[in-house]
Amino acid sequence: MVKDILDANERMAQRNRGLFDSNNLFAVNLMSSPGAGKTSLILQTLKSLEGKIKVGVIEGDVSSSLDAELISKEGVPVVQINTGGGCHLDANMLSTALDSVPLGELKLLFIENVGNLICPAEFTLGEHRRVLISSVPEGDDKPFKYPLMFNTVDAVLINKIDLLPYLKFDIDAFSRTVKGMNQKVEIFPLSCTTGQGIERWVSWLLSQMG
Amino acid sequence: MHELSITQSMLNLVLEQAEKAGAKEVGKINLVIGGMTGVVEECVRFYFDFLSRGTPADGAILSFKAVPTRAKCRDCGKLFEVGEFDWTCPHCNGNNIEIVAGKELFVESIEVE
Repeated sequence: MVKDILDANERMAQRNRGLFDSNNLFAVNLMSSPGAGKTSLILQTLKSLEGKIKVGVIEGDVSSSLDAELISKEGVPVVQINTGGGCHLDANMLSTALDSVPLGELKLLFIENVGNLICPAEFTLGEHRRVLISSVPEGDDKPFKYPLMFNTVDAVLINKIDLLPYLKFDIDAFSRTVKGMNQKVEIFPLSCTTGQGIERWVSWLLSQMG
Repeated sequence: MHELSITQSMLNLVLEQAEKAGAKEVGKINLVIGGMTGVVEECVRFYFDFLSRGTPADGAILSFKAVPTRAKCRDCGKLFEVGEFDWTCPHCNGNNIEIVAGKELFVESIEVE
């Protein structure tokens, strides 16, 4: 019989994708370990896109709505998903949350996944692009430890490069490893604190939206 | 937690297939798990034990076929097994590689009564 175990999730992800496409909406699944800077990146990106395109955000967290509150201050539509202990978003949870998102009014949707480098790699959501944030304090060995995640993303953002003078992180070695695992990946070193590198990431994002 | 959702998805799939086949009981489930998925056999067994209780799959034997992560070097064309901390080609030392196996996560077959 040979059946993919994640087939049910995959089918639901296809449904989400259809919904995005029929609304002409570009969806980005943003993943990282906890504290790598997903919310900070969204805030920086919103600042950079202000007045240009309408953006919405879905916040996935195990509990609390702290991140959603931070983002709603920017005046963009935010929907919080609490997974209640679950370590990742799945296509079904996202589908339910999409009911509360004004899809037709938006051009870009950020889906902030639960901070975790393992499970979100397996559960696709119907997104157009998969983006991973890896940050300097985490160390440059993460691709070896979480190969599936690094192998399945379209872009890797190296956040907190303002900390490079204080920490041991070899950007060249890291980039070589990631490129070796994943030929198509784009790598963007940046800092959400200083804003360095944000423009390059944003112009890539806009180019992907077509 | 990773294995909990995966085990639940696997069980749903198995029960669906068993029902289609008109089976009363699932005797054995043959799984294929790639090295890159990070799915731990012991965790799947643990979760399966309580998730399957009271279902036709209760007591089914779980059989795991592990698929090592393998890659093909795009420079020299050779196939090799990927080491834990070494993603370079052992033949030419290149790192221009393509994963050819290790992402498997499927139910190969089930045995029902």
